[in-house]
Amino acid sequence: MNLPAIDIQGLEKTFDNGLRALDAVDLSIGRGEIFALLGPNGAGKTTLIKVICGLTEASAGDAWVAGHHFRREFRQARMRIGLVPQELTTDAFETVWATTRFSRGLFGRRRDPAHLEKVLKDLSLWDKRNSMLMTLSGGMKRRVMIAKALAHEPDILFLDEPTAGVDVELRRGMWQVINRLREQGVTIVLTTHYLEEAEQMADRVGVINNGQIMRVESTESLMQSLGQKRLTLELAAPLDAVPDTLEGYNLTLTDDGCALNYHYNHCEGAEAVQGLLRAVDSAGIRLHDVDTHESSLEEIFVSMVGGST
Amino acid sequence: MNWPAIRAIYVFEIARTWRTIFQSVLSPIISTALYFVVFGSAIGSRISEVDGVSYGAFIVPGLIMLSLMTQSISNASFAIYFPKFIGTIYELLSAPVSYVEIVISYVGAAATKSVVLGLIILATASVFVPLRIEHPAWMLLFLVLTGITFSLFGFIIGIWADNFEKLTIIPLLIVTPLTFLGGTFYSLKMLPPIWQKITLVNPVVYLVSGFRWSFYSVADVNVYISLAMITGFLVACLAIVAWIFKTGYRLKS
Ligand SMILES: Nc1ncnc2c1ncn2[C@@H]1O[C@H](COP(=O)(O)OP(=O)(O)OP(=O)(O)O)[C@@H](O)[C@H]1O
Ligand SMILES: [Mg+2]
Repeated sequence: MNLPAIDIQGLEKTFDNGLRALDAVDLSIGRGEIFALLGPNGAGKTTLIKVICGLTEASAGDAWVAGHHFRREFRQARMRIGLVPQELTTDAFETVWATTRFSRGLFGRRRDPAHLEKVLKDLSLWDKRNSMLMTLSGGMKRRVMIAKALAHEPDILFLDEPTAGVDVELRRGMWQVINRLREQGVTIVLTTHYLEEAEQMADRVGVINNGQIMRVESTESLMQSLGQKRLTLELAAPLDAVPDTLEGYNLTLTDDGCALNYHYNHCEGAEAVQGLLRAVDSAGIRLHDVDTHESSLEEIFVSMVGGST
Repeated sequence: MNWPAIRAIYVFEIARTWRTIFQSVLSPIISTALYFVVFGSAIGSRISEVDGVSYGAFIVPGLIMLSLMTQSISNASFAIYFPKFIGTIYELLSAPVSYVEIVISYVGAAATKSVVLGLIILATASVFVPLRIEHPAWMLLFLVLTGITFSLFGFIIGIWADNFEKLTIIPLLIVTPLTFLGGTFYSLKMLPPIWQKITLVNPVVYLVSGFRWSFYSVADVNVYISLAMITGFLVACLAIVAWIFKTGYRLKS
Protein backbone atom coordinates (compact mmCIF):
# COMPACT_ATOMS: atom_id res chain seq x y z
CA MET A 1 0.00 0.00 0.00
CA ASN A 2 2.68 2.49 -0.94
CA LEU A 3 0.78 3.97 -3.82
CA PRO A 4 0.91 7.74 -3.95
CA ALA A 5 -2.25 9.60 -3.00
CA ILE A 6 -2.25 11.37 -6.33
CA ASP A 7 -0.32 10.38 -9.40
CA ILE A 8 -0.63 12.55 -12.48
CA GLN A 9 0.94 11.74 -15.83
CA GLY A 10 0.96 13.92 -18.90
CA LEU A 11 -2.24 15.71 -17.97
CA GLU A 12 -3.31 18.34 -20.47
CA LYS A 13 -6.23 20.67 -20.80
CA THR A 14 -6.96 22.87 -23.76
CA PHE A 15 -10.18 24.82 -23.53
CA ASP A 16 -12.55 25.24 -26.46
CA ASN A 17 -11.19 28.73 -27.07
CA GLY A 18 -7.75 27.21 -27.62
CA LEU A 19 -6.32 28.27 -24.28
CA ARG A 20 -3.87 25.72 -22.96
CA ALA A 21 -4.50 25.74 -19.22
CA LEU A 22 -2.54 22.57 -18.39
CA ASP A 23 0.52 21.58 -20.31
CA ALA A 24 1.80 18.03 -19.82
CA VAL A 25 1.59 18.02 -16.05
CA ASP A 26 3.40 15.23 -14.21
CA LEU A 27 3.04 15.18 -10.47
CA SER A 28 3.07 12.71 -7.66
CA ILE A 29 1.79 13.49 -4.18
CA GLY A 30 2.48 11.14 -1.30
CA ARG A 31 0.05 9.92 1.33
CA GLY A 32 -0.35 12.14 4.33
CA GLU A 33 1.54 14.91 2.63
CA ILE A 34 0.53 18.54 2.63
CA PHE A 35 1.20 19.79 -0.83
CA ALA A 36 0.91 23.40 -1.94
CA LEU A 37 0.32 24.40 -5.52
CA LEU A 38 1.84 27.83 -5.79
CA GLY A 39 1.22 30.04 -8.76
CA PRO A 40 -0.07 33.42 -9.92
CA ASN A 41 -3.59 34.14 -11.22
CA GLY A 42 -4.44 32.03 -14.22
CA ALA A 43 -1.57 29.60 -13.66
CA GLY A 44 -3.86 26.58 -13.92
CA LYS A 45 -4.16 25.60 -10.26
CA THR A 46 -7.94 25.44 -10.25
CA THR A 47 -8.02 23.73 -13.63
CA LEU A 48 -5.70 21.01 -12.36
CA ILE A 49 -7.95 20.36 -9.38
CA LYS A 50 -11.10 20.44 -11.51
CA VAL A 51 -9.71 17.92 -13.96
CA ILE A 52 -8.77 15.49 -11.21
CA CYS A 53 -12.14 15.87 -9.46
CA GLY A 54 -14.21 15.47 -12.62
CA LEU A 55 -15.51 19.02 -13.04
CA THR A 56 -13.59 19.52 -16.26
CA GLU A 57 -12.69 16.96 -18.91
CA ALA A 58 -8.98 16.41 -19.48
CA SER A 59 -7.79 16.79 -23.07
CA ALA A 60 -5.08 14.18 -22.60
CA GLY A 61 -3.20 12.30 -19.91
CA ASP A 62 -4.10 10.27 -16.86
CA ALA A 63 -4.41 10.60 -13.14
CA TRP A 64 -4.67 8.03 -10.39
CA VAL A 65 -6.17 8.66 -6.99
CA ALA A 66 -4.88 6.16 -4.46
CA GLY A 67 -4.27 3.83 -7.37
CA HIS A 68 -7.70 4.31 -8.95
CA HIS A 69 -7.85 5.78 -12.42
CA PHE A 70 -9.74 9.08 -12.30
CA ARG A 71 -12.09 8.20 -15.18
CA ARG A 72 -12.23 4.44 -15.46
CA GLU A 73 -12.63 3.96 -11.71
CA PHE A 74 -14.21 7.29 -10.97
CA ARG A 75 -16.30 5.96 -8.09
CA GLN A 76 -13.40 4.61 -6.05
CA ALA A 77 -11.29 7.62 -6.96
CA ARG A 78 -13.88 10.22 -6.02
CA MET A 79 -14.89 8.46 -2.80
CA ARG A 80 -11.38 9.28 -1.57
CA ILE A 81 -11.53 12.95 -2.43
CA GLY A 82 -13.06 15.91 -0.67
CA LEU A 83 -13.17 19.14 -2.65
CA VAL A 84 -13.43 22.70 -1.39
CA PRO A 85 -13.65 24.88 -4.48
CA GLN A 86 -12.32 28.38 -4.81
CA GLU A 87 -15.68 30.12 -5.02
CA LEU A 88 -18.14 30.18 -2.16
CA THR A 89 -21.21 28.40 -3.41
CA THR A 90 -23.85 27.19 -1.01
CA ASP A 91 -27.59 26.71 -1.04
CA ALA A 92 -29.21 29.64 0.68
CA PHE A 93 -32.07 27.92 2.46
CA GLU A 94 -30.44 24.75 3.70
CA THR A 95 -29.24 24.41 7.26
CA VAL A 96 -25.63 23.61 8.04
CA TRP A 97 -26.65 20.20 9.31
CA ALA A 98 -28.83 19.31 6.32
CA THR A 99 -26.25 20.33 3.76
CA THR A 100 -23.48 18.37 5.48
CA ARG A 101 -25.68 15.31 5.74
CA PHE A 102 -26.57 15.67 2.06
CA SER A 103 -22.88 15.69 1.11
CA ARG A 104 -22.26 12.50 3.02
CA GLY A 105 -25.14 10.75 1.29
CA LEU A 106 -24.09 12.02 -2.11
CA PHE A 107 -20.75 10.31 -1.70
CA GLY A 108 -22.46 7.03 -0.97
CA ARG A 109 -21.87 6.90 2.76
CA ARG A 110 -24.40 5.70 5.29
CA ARG A 111 -25.73 8.20 7.78
CA ASP A 112 -23.40 8.81 10.68
CA PRO A 113 -24.49 11.70 12.90
CA ALA A 114 -21.54 11.13 15.24
CA HIS A 115 -19.05 11.75 12.45
CA LEU A 116 -20.87 14.85 11.25
CA GLU A 117 -20.96 16.15 14.80
CA LYS A 118 -17.22 15.72 15.09
CA VAL A 119 -16.57 17.47 11.79
CA LEU A 120 -18.79 20.41 12.71
CA LYS A 121 -17.22 20.72 16.14
CA ASP A 122 -13.72 20.62 14.69
CA LEU A 123 -14.66 23.51 12.43
CA SER A 124 -16.43 25.42 15.22
CA LEU A 125 -19.73 25.13 13.40
CA TRP A 126 -21.62 23.01 15.90
CA ASP A 127 -23.45 26.01 17.37
CA LYS A 128 -24.55 26.97 13.89
CA ARG A 129 -25.81 23.56 12.84
CA ASN A 130 -29.43 24.67 12.65
CA SER A 131 -28.74 28.00 10.99
CA MET A 132 -29.64 28.60 7.41
CA LEU A 133 -26.60 29.02 5.21
CA MET A 134 -27.60 32.46 4.01
CA THR A 135 -27.42 33.75 7.58
CA LEU A 136 -23.73 32.83 7.89
CA SER A 137 -20.73 35.05 7.25
CA GLY A 138 -18.36 34.36 4.39
CA GLY A 139 -15.74 32.79 6.64
CA MET A 140 -18.35 30.51 8.18
CA LYS A 141 -19.58 29.52 4.74
CA ARG A 142 -16.08 28.56 3.76
CA ARG A 143 -15.88 26.36 6.83
CA VAL A 144 -19.24 24.83 5.92
CA MET A 145 -17.79 23.97 2.54
CA ILE A 146 -14.88 22.29 4.28
CA ALA A 147 -17.33 20.41 6.50
CA LYS A 148 -19.22 19.25 3.41
CA ALA A 149 -15.97 18.09 1.85
CA LEU A 150 -15.05 16.15 4.98
CA ALA A 151 -18.49 14.66 5.56
CA HIS A 152 -17.73 11.45 3.69
CA GLU A 153 -14.40 10.86 5.44
CA PRO A 154 -12.13 11.41 2.45
CA ASP A 155 -8.42 10.75 2.78
CA ILE A 156 -7.45 13.38 0.26
CA LEU A 157 -8.63 16.95 0.58
CA PHE A 158 -8.35 19.60 -2.12
CA LEU A 159 -8.47 23.12 -0.78
CA ASP A 160 -8.56 25.70 -3.54
CA GLU A 161 -7.36 28.88 -1.88
CA PRO A 162 -8.56 28.09 1.61
CA THR A 163 -7.55 31.45 3.01
CA ALA A 164 -8.80 33.76 0.27
CA GLY A 165 -11.03 36.43 1.74
CA VAL A 166 -10.47 35.19 5.25
CA ASP A 167 -9.31 37.48 8.05
CA VAL A 168 -6.06 36.97 9.93
CA GLU A 169 -7.63 35.23 12.89
CA LEU A 170 -9.60 32.88 10.73
CA ARG A 171 -6.56 32.22 8.60
CA ARG A 172 -4.79 30.95 11.70
CA GLY A 173 -7.86 28.89 12.48
CA MET A 174 -7.66 27.43 9.00
CA TRP A 175 -4.03 26.49 9.52
CA GLN A 176 -5.02 24.76 12.74
CA VAL A 177 -7.73 22.83 10.95
CA ILE A 178 -5.24 21.75 8.33
CA ASN A 179 -2.77 20.67 10.97
CA ARG A 180 -5.40 18.60 12.70
CA LEU A 181 -6.27 16.91 9.44
CA ARG A 182 -2.61 16.20 8.86
CA GLU A 183 -2.46 14.47 12.23
CA GLN A 184 -5.37 12.30 11.12
CA GLY A 185 -3.34 11.30 8.09
CA VAL A 186 -5.35 13.20 5.50
CA THR A 187 -3.45 14.16 2.37
CA ILE A 188 -4.01 17.82 1.62
CA VAL A 189 -3.51 19.63 -1.64
CA LEU A 190 -3.97 23.36 -1.37
CA THR A 191 -3.46 26.23 -3.72
CA THR A 192 -2.13 29.62 -2.82
CA HIS A 193 -0.65 32.78 -4.23
CA TYR A 194 1.51 33.36 -1.21
CA LEU A 195 4.93 31.95 -0.64
CA GLU A 196 4.47 32.63 3.05
CA GLU A 197 1.36 30.52 3.21
CA ALA A 198 3.00 27.66 1.39
CA GLU A 199 5.90 27.93 3.82
CA GLN A 200 3.58 27.89 6.84
CA MET A 201 1.58 24.87 5.87
CA ALA A 202 3.13 22.70 3.22
CA ASP A 203 5.64 19.87 3.28
CA ARG A 204 6.27 20.24 -0.41
CA VAL A 205 5.51 22.90 -2.94
CA GLY A 206 4.78 22.63 -6.62
CA VAL A 207 5.31 25.86 -8.50
CA ILE A 208 2.98 26.19 -11.45
CA ASN A 209 2.86 28.86 -14.12
CA ASN A 210 1.18 28.95 -17.53
CA GLY A 211 -0.10 25.44 -17.01
CA GLN A 212 3.34 23.97 -16.42
CA ILE A 213 4.75 22.61 -13.22
CA MET A 214 8.05 24.43 -13.05
CA ARG A 215 9.53 22.78 -10.02
CA VAL A 216 8.49 20.56 -7.17
CA GLU A 217 10.55 20.52 -4.01
CA SER A 218 10.41 20.48 -0.28
CA THR A 219 9.26 23.72 1.23
CA GLU A 220 12.60 24.20 2.94
CA SER A 221 14.73 23.96 -0.14
CA LEU A 222 12.32 26.14 -2.08
CA MET A 223 12.55 28.83 0.57
CA GLN A 224 16.34 28.54 0.52
CA SER A 225 16.52 29.30 -3.13
CA LEU A 226 13.58 31.63 -3.61
CA GLY A 227 12.81 33.32 -0.35
CA GLN A 228 14.87 36.45 -0.97
CA LYS A 229 14.21 39.37 1.29
CA ARG A 230 15.46 42.92 1.25
CA LEU A 231 15.82 45.13 4.26
CA THR A 232 16.02 48.82 3.52
CA LEU A 233 17.53 51.07 6.14
CA GLU A 234 16.60 54.66 5.52
CA LEU A 235 19.27 56.86 6.95
CA ALA A 236 18.83 59.98 9.02
CA ALA A 237 21.82 61.51 7.22
CA PRO A 238 23.17 60.52 3.79
CA LEU A 239 26.41 58.56 3.53
CA ASP A 240 29.11 58.73 0.91
CA ALA A 241 30.04 55.07 1.13
CA VAL A 242 29.23 51.94 3.11
CA PRO A 243 31.26 52.15 6.35
CA ASP A 244 34.14 49.66 6.66
CA THR A 245 32.72 48.15 9.84
CA LEU A 246 29.71 46.95 7.86
CA GLU A 247 31.78 45.47 5.06
CA GLY A 248 30.90 41.87 5.92
CA TYR A 249 27.17 42.40 5.39
CA ASN A 250 27.23 42.90 1.68
CA LEU A 251 25.24 46.12 1.83
CA THR A 252 24.53 48.38 -1.08
CA LEU A 253 24.13 52.10 -0.80
CA THR A 254 21.46 53.76 -2.93
CA ASP A 255 22.63 56.37 -5.42
CA ASP A 256 21.47 59.28 -3.33
CA GLY A 257 23.19 57.81 -0.29
CA CYS A 258 20.02 57.99 1.77
CA ALA A 259 19.41 54.28 2.25
CA LEU A 260 21.25 51.01 2.70
CA ASN A 261 19.88 47.82 1.17
CA TYR A 262 20.54 44.48 2.74
CA HIS A 263 19.72 41.27 0.86
CA TYR A 264 19.28 38.14 2.87
CA ASN A 265 17.61 34.80 2.66
CA HIS A 266 14.27 33.95 4.19
CA CYS A 267 15.86 31.10 6.12
CA GLU A 268 18.59 33.19 7.71
CA GLY A 269 15.78 35.17 9.24
CA ALA A 270 15.86 37.16 12.41
CA GLU A 271 19.43 36.51 13.56
CA ALA A 272 21.08 37.99 10.52
CA VAL A 273 18.89 41.06 10.73
CA GLN A 274 19.54 41.54 14.43
CA GLY A 275 23.26 41.22 13.90
CA LEU A 276 23.14 43.82 11.19
CA LEU A 277 21.10 46.27 13.26
CA ARG A 278 23.55 45.96 16.16
CA ALA A 279 26.45 46.58 13.81
CA VAL A 280 24.68 49.60 12.31
CA ASP A 281 24.05 50.95 15.79
CA SER A 282 27.64 50.54 16.93
CA ALA A 283 28.85 52.18 13.71
CA GLY A 284 26.97 55.22 14.94
CA ILE A 285 24.59 55.36 11.99
CA ARG A 286 21.22 56.84 12.84
CA LEU A 287 18.17 55.43 11.12
CA HIS A 288 15.18 57.30 9.88
CA ASP A 289 13.04 54.28 9.07
CA VAL A 290 13.26 50.63 8.08
CA ASP A 291 11.37 48.71 5.46
CA THR A 292 11.40 45.09 4.37
CA HIS A 293 10.47 43.69 1.04
CA GLU A 294 9.83 40.09 0.16
CA SER A 295 10.22 38.85 -3.37
CA SER A 296 6.74 38.51 -4.79
CA LEU A 297 5.63 35.51 -6.74
CA GLU A 298 5.92 37.48 -9.93
CA GLU A 299 9.57 38.30 -9.21
CA ILE A 300 10.16 34.68 -8.37
CA PHE A 301 8.69 33.52 -11.64
CA VAL A 302 10.70 36.04 -13.55
CA SER A 303 13.87 34.80 -11.89
CA MET A 304 12.88 31.20 -12.57
CA VAL A 305 12.20 31.54 -16.26
CA GLY A 306 15.54 33.14 -16.92
CA GLY A 307 15.35 36.41 -15.14
CA SER A 308 15.82 38.84 -18.03
CA THR A 309 13.39 41.66 -17.50
CA MET B 1 -25.69 1.76 -7.96
CA ASN B 2 -24.95 4.45 -5.42
CA TRP B 3 -28.29 4.24 -3.64
CA PRO B 4 -27.38 6.54 -0.75
CA ALA B 5 -26.63 9.24 -3.33
CA ILE B 6 -29.91 8.71 -5.15
CA ARG B 7 -31.71 8.91 -1.85
CA ALA B 8 -29.80 12.03 -0.79
CA ILE B 9 -30.69 13.92 -3.97
CA TYR B 10 -34.26 12.68 -3.96
CA VAL B 11 -34.81 13.67 -0.34
CA PHE B 12 -33.13 17.03 -0.96
CA GLU B 13 -35.45 17.73 -3.87
CA ILE B 14 -38.60 16.70 -2.03
CA ALA B 15 -37.53 18.78 0.97
CA ARG B 16 -37.13 21.76 -1.33
CA THR B 17 -40.79 21.37 -2.26
CA TRP B 18 -41.84 21.32 1.37
CA ARG B 19 -40.11 24.64 1.89
CA THR B 20 -42.13 26.12 -0.93
CA ILE B 21 -45.24 24.12 -0.35
CA PHE B 22 -47.53 27.04 -1.14
CA GLN B 23 -46.10 27.76 -4.57
CA SER B 24 -45.62 24.09 -5.32
CA VAL B 25 -49.05 22.80 -4.44
CA LEU B 26 -51.41 25.62 -3.74
CA SER B 27 -50.90 27.58 -6.94
CA PRO B 28 -51.63 24.69 -9.33
CA ILE B 29 -54.70 23.83 -7.28
CA ILE B 30 -55.94 27.40 -7.38
CA SER B 31 -55.40 27.71 -11.11
CA THR B 32 -57.19 24.42 -11.71
CA ALA B 33 -60.08 25.56 -9.58
CA LEU B 34 -60.20 28.76 -11.65
CA TYR B 35 -60.37 26.73 -14.86
CA PHE B 36 -63.33 24.90 -13.39
CA VAL B 37 -65.12 28.08 -12.50
CA VAL B 38 -64.40 29.85 -15.77
CA PHE B 39 -64.59 27.03 -18.30
CA GLY B 40 -66.75 24.62 -16.39
CA SER B 41 -69.54 26.99 -15.55
CA ALA B 42 -69.24 29.56 -18.33
CA ILE B 43 -68.87 27.12 -21.22
CA GLY B 44 -70.54 24.27 -19.38
CA SER B 45 -73.76 26.24 -19.26
CA ARG B 46 -73.71 26.25 -23.10
CA ILE B 47 -72.41 22.72 -23.63
CA SER B 48 -74.18 20.34 -21.35
CA GLU B 49 -72.57 17.10 -22.52
CA VAL B 50 -69.63 15.90 -24.61
CA ASP B 51 -69.61 12.26 -25.67
CA GLY B 52 -72.18 11.52 -23.03
CA VAL B 53 -70.10 13.08 -20.24
CA SER B 54 -71.03 16.30 -18.49
CA TYR B 55 -68.74 19.12 -19.63
CA GLY B 56 -67.38 19.76 -16.14
CA ALA B 57 -66.36 16.12 -15.79
CA PHE B 58 -65.13 16.00 -19.41
CA ILE B 59 -62.43 18.63 -18.86
CA VAL B 60 -61.02 17.07 -15.65
CA PRO B 61 -58.55 14.64 -17.32
CA GLY B 62 -57.31 17.39 -19.62
CA LEU B 63 -56.81 19.79 -16.72
CA ILE B 64 -54.85 17.17 -14.78
CA MET B 65 -52.68 16.53 -17.85
CA LEU B 66 -52.12 20.26 -18.25
CA SER B 67 -50.83 20.57 -14.68
CA LEU B 68 -48.88 17.34 -14.89
CA MET B 69 -47.00 18.43 -17.98
CA THR B 70 -46.27 22.02 -16.99
CA GLN B 71 -45.33 21.10 -13.42
CA SER B 72 -43.09 18.22 -14.47
CA ILE B 73 -41.22 20.48 -16.85
CA SER B 74 -40.84 23.36 -14.44
CA ASN B 75 -39.90 21.16 -11.48
CA ALA B 76 -37.24 19.20 -13.32
CA SER B 77 -35.80 22.07 -15.33
CA PHE B 78 -35.45 24.25 -12.27
CA ALA B 79 -34.02 21.44 -10.15
CA ILE B 80 -31.01 20.99 -12.44
CA TYR B 81 -30.73 24.55 -13.71
CA PHE B 82 -30.50 26.14 -10.28
CA PRO B 83 -27.39 24.28 -9.04
CA LYS B 84 -25.73 25.18 -12.33
CA PHE B 85 -26.73 28.79 -11.84
CA ILE B 86 -25.49 29.20 -8.26
CA GLY B 87 -22.53 26.85 -8.70
CA THR B 88 -23.43 24.11 -6.23
CA ILE B 89 -23.37 21.66 -9.13
CA TYR B 90 -19.64 21.27 -8.39
CA GLU B 91 -20.54 18.85 -5.64
CA LEU B 92 -22.70 16.69 -7.86
CA LEU B 93 -20.04 16.55 -10.57
CA SER B 94 -17.27 15.67 -8.11
CA ALA B 95 -19.30 12.97 -6.37
CA PRO B 96 -19.04 9.25 -7.14
CA VAL B 97 -22.37 9.44 -8.91
CA SER B 98 -23.04 8.18 -12.41
CA TYR B 99 -25.24 9.98 -14.91
CA VAL B 100 -27.87 7.29 -14.62
CA GLU B 101 -28.08 7.98 -10.91
CA ILE B 102 -28.34 11.72 -11.46
CA VAL B 103 -31.22 11.24 -13.88
CA ILE B 104 -33.02 8.72 -11.68
CA SER B 105 -32.89 10.97 -8.65
CA TYR B 106 -33.74 14.32 -10.26
CA VAL B 107 -36.34 13.01 -12.69
CA GLY B 108 -37.73 10.67 -10.05
CA ALA B 109 -38.21 13.52 -7.60
CA ALA B 110 -39.79 15.82 -10.21
CA ALA B 111 -42.10 13.08 -11.44
CA THR B 112 -43.10 12.16 -7.90
CA LYS B 113 -44.06 15.73 -7.18
CA SER B 114 -46.12 16.18 -10.31
CA VAL B 115 -47.89 12.84 -9.98
CA VAL B 116 -48.82 13.65 -6.38
CA LEU B 117 -49.98 17.03 -7.57
CA GLY B 118 -52.08 15.38 -10.30
CA LEU B 119 -53.76 13.21 -7.69
CA ILE B 120 -54.43 16.24 -5.50
CA ILE B 121 -56.03 18.01 -8.43
CA LEU B 122 -58.09 14.91 -9.13
CA ALA B 123 -59.30 14.98 -5.55
CA THR B 124 -60.03 18.69 -5.79
CA ALA B 125 -61.99 18.15 -9.00
CA SER B 126 -64.09 15.45 -7.41
CA VAL B 127 -65.40 18.12 -5.07
CA PHE B 128 -66.79 20.09 -8.01
CA VAL B 129 -68.03 17.40 -10.38
CA PRO B 130 -69.08 13.75 -10.14
CA LEU B 131 -66.15 11.67 -11.49
CA ARG B 132 -65.80 8.07 -12.48
CA ILE B 133 -62.60 6.25 -13.36
CA GLU B 134 -63.37 3.20 -15.49
CA HIS B 135 -59.77 2.05 -16.04
CA PRO B 136 -57.81 3.02 -12.92
CA ALA B 137 -54.69 1.03 -13.89
CA TRP B 138 -54.53 2.80 -17.27
CA MET B 139 -55.16 6.09 -15.49
CA LEU B 140 -52.16 5.56 -13.20
CA LEU B 141 -50.03 4.32 -16.08
CA PHE B 142 -50.68 7.47 -18.11
CA LEU B 143 -50.15 9.62 -15.04
CA VAL B 144 -46.79 8.09 -14.21
CA LEU B 145 -45.55 7.82 -17.80
CA THR B 146 -46.44 11.41 -18.54
CA GLY B 147 -44.88 12.58 -15.28
CA ILE B 148 -41.62 10.80 -16.03
CA THR B 149 -41.50 11.79 -19.69
CA PHE B 150 -42.12 15.47 -19.12
CA SER B 151 -39.74 15.52 -16.16
CA LEU B 152 -37.08 14.14 -18.49
CA PHE B 153 -38.02 16.79 -21.00
CA GLY B 154 -37.72 19.46 -18.29
CA PHE B 155 -34.36 18.03 -17.21
CA ILE B 156 -33.10 18.44 -20.78
CA ILE B 157 -34.33 22.04 -20.87
CA GLY B 158 -32.65 22.72 -17.53
CA ILE B 159 -29.32 21.46 -18.80
CA TRP B 160 -29.61 23.24 -22.11
CA ALA B 161 -30.63 26.58 -20.59
CA ASP B 162 -27.86 28.95 -19.66
CA ASN B 163 -30.13 31.78 -18.60
CA PHE B 164 -33.55 32.20 -17.07
CA GLU B 165 -35.10 33.21 -20.36
CA LYS B 166 -34.22 29.96 -22.04
CA LEU B 167 -35.54 28.14 -19.03
CA THR B 168 -39.03 29.52 -19.54
CA ILE B 169 -39.14 30.02 -23.30
CA ILE B 170 -39.90 26.43 -24.35
CA PRO B 171 -42.70 25.87 -21.84
CA LEU B 172 -44.13 29.25 -22.78
CA LEU B 173 -43.83 29.08 -26.56
CA ILE B 174 -44.36 25.39 -27.21
CA VAL B 175 -45.80 23.45 -24.33
CA THR B 176 -48.54 25.80 -23.21
CA PRO B 177 -49.98 26.36 -26.72
CA LEU B 178 -49.83 22.65 -27.49
CA THR B 179 -51.65 21.75 -24.31
CA PHE B 180 -54.34 24.36 -24.86
CA LEU B 181 -54.80 23.17 -28.44
CA GLY B 182 -54.54 19.54 -27.39
CA GLY B 183 -58.18 18.89 -26.69
CA THR B 184 -58.09 19.73 -23.00
CA PHE B 185 -61.29 21.75 -23.19
CA TYR B 186 -62.99 20.17 -26.18
CA SER B 187 -63.45 16.97 -28.12
CA LEU B 188 -61.86 16.86 -31.55
CA LYS B 189 -65.27 16.03 -32.96
CA MET B 190 -66.30 19.58 -32.12
CA LEU B 191 -63.72 20.96 -34.58
CA PRO B 192 -64.21 21.52 -38.34
CA PRO B 193 -63.04 18.42 -40.29
CA ILE B 194 -59.84 20.04 -41.58
CA TRP B 195 -58.76 21.02 -38.06
CA GLN B 196 -59.51 17.53 -36.83
CA LYS B 197 -56.73 16.36 -39.17
CA ILE B 198 -54.26 19.15 -38.42
CA THR B 199 -54.67 18.69 -34.70
CA LEU B 200 -53.34 15.15 -34.97
CA VAL B 201 -49.76 16.43 -35.35
CA ASN B 202 -50.00 17.73 -31.78
CA PRO B 203 -48.61 15.03 -29.47
CA VAL B 204 -50.55 16.38 -26.51
CA VAL B 205 -53.80 15.33 -28.23
CA TYR B 206 -52.82 11.68 -27.80
CA LEU B 207 -51.99 12.08 -24.13
CA VAL B 208 -55.18 13.88 -23.25
CA SER B 209 -57.25 11.47 -25.30
CA GLY B 210 -55.70 8.38 -23.73
CA PHE B 211 -55.94 9.81 -20.25
CA ARG B 212 -59.57 10.77 -20.78
CA TRP B 213 -60.30 7.29 -22.08
CA SER B 214 -59.06 5.84 -18.77
CA PHE B 215 -61.81 7.85 -17.06
CA TYR B 216 -64.82 7.59 -19.36
CA SER B 217 -63.92 5.11 -22.12
CA VAL B 218 -64.34 7.89 -24.68
CA ALA B 219 -61.38 8.90 -26.82
CA ASP B 220 -60.43 10.87 -29.91
CA VAL B 221 -57.80 8.31 -30.89
CA ASN B 222 -57.24 4.68 -30.03
CA VAL B 223 -55.79 4.25 -26.54
CA TYR B 224 -52.95 2.06 -27.80
CA ILE B 225 -51.87 4.80 -30.17
CA SER B 226 -51.86 7.14 -27.18
CA LEU B 227 -49.69 4.68 -25.26
CA ALA B 228 -47.33 4.32 -28.22
CA MET B 229 -47.01 8.09 -28.51
CA ILE B 230 -46.11 8.68 -24.89
CA THR B 231 -43.69 5.74 -24.94
CA GLY B 232 -42.08 7.09 -28.10
CA PHE B 233 -41.65 10.49 -26.51
CA LEU B 234 -40.17 8.89 -23.41
CA VAL B 235 -37.62 6.98 -25.49
CA ALA B 236 -36.72 10.12 -27.44
CA CYS B 237 -36.10 12.03 -24.19
CA LEU B 238 -33.98 9.19 -22.81
CA ALA B 239 -31.91 9.18 -25.99
CA ILE B 240 -31.27 12.92 -25.73
CA VAL B 241 -30.32 12.62 -22.06
CA ALA B 242 -27.94 9.78 -22.88
CA TRP B 243 -26.33 11.90 -25.58
CA ILE B 244 -25.99 14.88 -23.23
CA PHE B 245 -24.17 12.85 -20.65
CA LYS B 246 -22.01 11.05 -23.15
CA THR B 247 -20.70 14.34 -24.46
CA GLY B 248 -20.73 16.21 -21.13
CA TYR B 249 -22.79 18.83 -22.96
CA ARG B 250 -23.13 22.06 -20.96
CA LEU B 251 -22.20 20.39 -17.70
CA LYS B 252 -18.44 20.26 -18.03
CA SER B 253 -16.05 22.64 -19.68
N1 LIG C 1 -14.05 27.43 -18.78
C1 LIG C 1 -12.96 28.04 -19.26
N2 LIG C 1 -12.88 28.37 -20.56
C2 LIG C 1 -11.79 28.96 -21.05
N3 LIG C 1 -10.71 29.28 -20.34
C3 LIG C 1 -10.71 28.98 -19.03
C4 LIG C 1 -11.83 28.34 -18.42
N4 LIG C 1 -11.56 28.16 -17.11
C5 LIG C 1 -10.34 28.68 -16.92
N5 LIG C 1 -9.81 29.16 -18.06
C6 LIG C 1 -8.48 29.75 -18.24
O1 LIG C 1 -7.50 28.82 -17.85
C7 LIG C 1 -6.40 29.43 -17.22
C8 LIG C 1 -6.16 28.80 -15.88
O2 LIG C 1 -7.22 29.14 -15.01
P1 LIG C 1 -7.29 28.62 -13.52
O3 LIG C 1 -8.63 28.96 -12.99
O4 LIG C 1 -6.89 27.20 -13.48
O5 LIG C 1 -6.17 29.51 -12.83
P2 LIG C 1 -5.75 29.56 -11.30
O6 LIG C 1 -4.32 29.17 -11.24
O7 LIG C 1 -6.69 28.80 -10.47
O8 LIG C 1 -5.87 31.12 -11.03
P3 LIG C 1 -6.37 31.89 -9.72
O9 LIG C 1 -5.20 31.98 -8.84
O10 LIG C 1 -6.76 33.21 -10.26
O11 LIG C 1 -7.50 31.13 -9.14
C9 LIG C 1 -6.76 30.91 -17.14
O12 LIG C 1 -6.09 31.57 -18.19
C10 LIG C 1 -8.23 30.96 -17.36
O13 LIG C 1 -8.61 32.14 -17.99
MG1 LIG D 1 -8.00 29.26 -9.03
